[in-house]
Amino acid sequence: MGMTMTQKILAAHAGLKRVKAGQFIEAKLDIVLANDITGPPAIKEFEKMGVKGVFDANKVVLVPDHFTPNKDIQAAEQCKLLRSFAAEREIANYFEVGEMGIEHALLPEKGLVVAGDAVIGADSHTCTYGALGAFATGVGSTDMAAGMASGKAWFKVPAAIRFELVGKPGKWVSGKDVILHIIGMIGVDGALYKSMEFMGPGLKRLSMDDRLSMANMAIEAGAKNGIFAVDEQTRAYMKAHKCKNKALKKRIRVYEPDADAVYEREIRVDLSKIRPTVAFPHLPDNTRSIDEVGDVRVDQVVIGSCTNGRYEDMKTAAKILKGRKVAKGVRCIIFPGTQRIYLDCVRDGFAEIFVKAGAVLSTPTCGPCLGGHSGILAAGERAISTTNRNFVGRMGHVDSEVYLASPAVAAASAVRGRISNPEEL
Amino acid sequence: MGIAHKYGENVDTDVIIPARYLVTSDPAELAKHCMEDMDGAFAARVRPGDVIVAGKNFGCGSSREHAPIAIKGAGVACVIAPTFARIFYRNAFNTGLPILESEEAAAGIDAGDEVEADFAAGVIRNVTKGETYRAEPFPPFISRLIESGGLVEYVKSAK
Repeated sequence: MGMTMTQKILAAHAGLKRVKAGQFIEAKLDIVLANDITGPPAIKEFEKMGVKGVFDANKVVLVPDHFTPNKDIQAAEQCKLLRSFAAEREIANYFEVGEMGIEHALLPEKGLVVAGDAVIGADSHTCTYGALGAFATGVGSTDMAAGMASGKAWFKVPAAIRFELVGKPGKWVSGKDVILHIIGMIGVDGALYKSMEFMGPGLKRLSMDDRLSMANMAIEAGAKNGIFAVDEQTRAYMKAHKCKNKALKKRIRVYEPDADAVYEREIRVDLSKIRPTVAFPHLPDNTRSIDEVGDVRVDQVVIGSCTNGRYEDMKTAAKILKGRKVAKGVRCIIFPGTQRIYLDCVRDGFAEIFVKAGAVLSTPTCGPCLGGHSGILAAGERAISTTNRNFVGRMGHVDSEVYLASPAVAAASAVRGRISNPEEL
Repeated sequence: MGIAHKYGENVDTDVIIPARYLVTSDPAELAKHCMEDMDGAFAARVRPGDVIVAGKNFGCGSSREHAPIAIKGAGVACVIAPTFARIFYRNAFNTGLPILESEEAAAGIDAGDEVEADFAAGVIRNVTKGETYRAEPFPPFISRLIESGGLVEYVKSAK
């Protein structure tokens, strides 16, 4: 019986020839990550363990991105704790405001994660790195603390669902639409405890930014991880984003599933059949195609986040907003994922387009996505957002609503003031 | 044990503890806002030893460990659901909040029922209705983790 792509990576990191679904293993970790919300409790747990230091100061990554720039005194205290810990323990990859980015946009960009890695992060969207052909999964602060101390984590080897991607997506259909479509099909627990493995000839039609936003939302189907087969695009991306932290000695290891790998389920997804897709409140699986949306007016449009704050997302938004105006009465907040993407927005003229359109261009932060700061909704308000969750109260008041969509749909909606199909502009 | 507080499917970590309260990881402080966006009266109503019973995929969403910490901080002795979101599942064990997977208990128990659970045996008793339900027993690895007193102790002992 063969192994899936995920199982092969886990077996290699556990020093085992074979693993099978359901088996408990202890795996060596290549990167252990936390942010300003999950880091402080992890540090407290870490201190309790009474270990000498972190397992490898190069392999621990700390990114203050959630409540930064510090939103209030308590947030400032949490960031201060993270910063002092990083200084004390000589953590090589601590990224201060000014050089940081939203963690899951930042780590691939910095080359800190490559194909074949095993990564845990105290943030549920750590699964993003699966786009690079790595095993990456979100954990809590205690798991992160243990990983930071030992360089290892325990896992129950997951079973997997294989998604065979075929066809070519339409003009305004992005990775975000594909993943919303898939979550709508299998449900928010459709891949519970499992891997989602994406393969097939359709893969070449999806850019790395598309794949990163798809892997990012694997957790929204309950998955342990989402992972993509490695191809020429993946290799080109990793070549263009080489790690500057030479002490890490990043090594690319490409794994393919065995020909007789056991998949619990195989789902064929024809990309050419997918329409721009919107998830209605209050779950990511409550999806409708853009043609079935109806008249939904919005108060706020949010474009950015670890799901859709990458260069192509900004480019798409700029393409639509160029020479147009945000509708009267609508607030449009755009936040690129990293400082580098922010600079690209300035350099390539997107920043001017956004400001002229009447949108605000924010520093990289997780703020608006989780109702943290910089874009909170009042009671009765409605937002369309390129983020990943539309739970009750996610972006603010418990009586507000969040609709999830792609940057193209969000930008078109900003112009029209209601959820709109970019094809109609 | 205590009284059951009942909720539906896909209870997410944003309603268990909203992000606006994630500026602390103090259990008592988090407990004050536990379930706030779904059941504003919960924090005032819950008594030590009470049980949360919910539908499938409990704890979906964010990896915030603040969620099981808030529930445990509120005095909840156990959460029962047919399935749990995977990060919440790990976090619950790692922070010492007992959780039991049982479809029949989740279906059979109503809000206000008095519930008892025997973790070792994997048995849940509904005292009010006089019913008994089977729960998924802890896997051996999880039992070892719990025996060593949670993940922190486990790592300490493995040092």
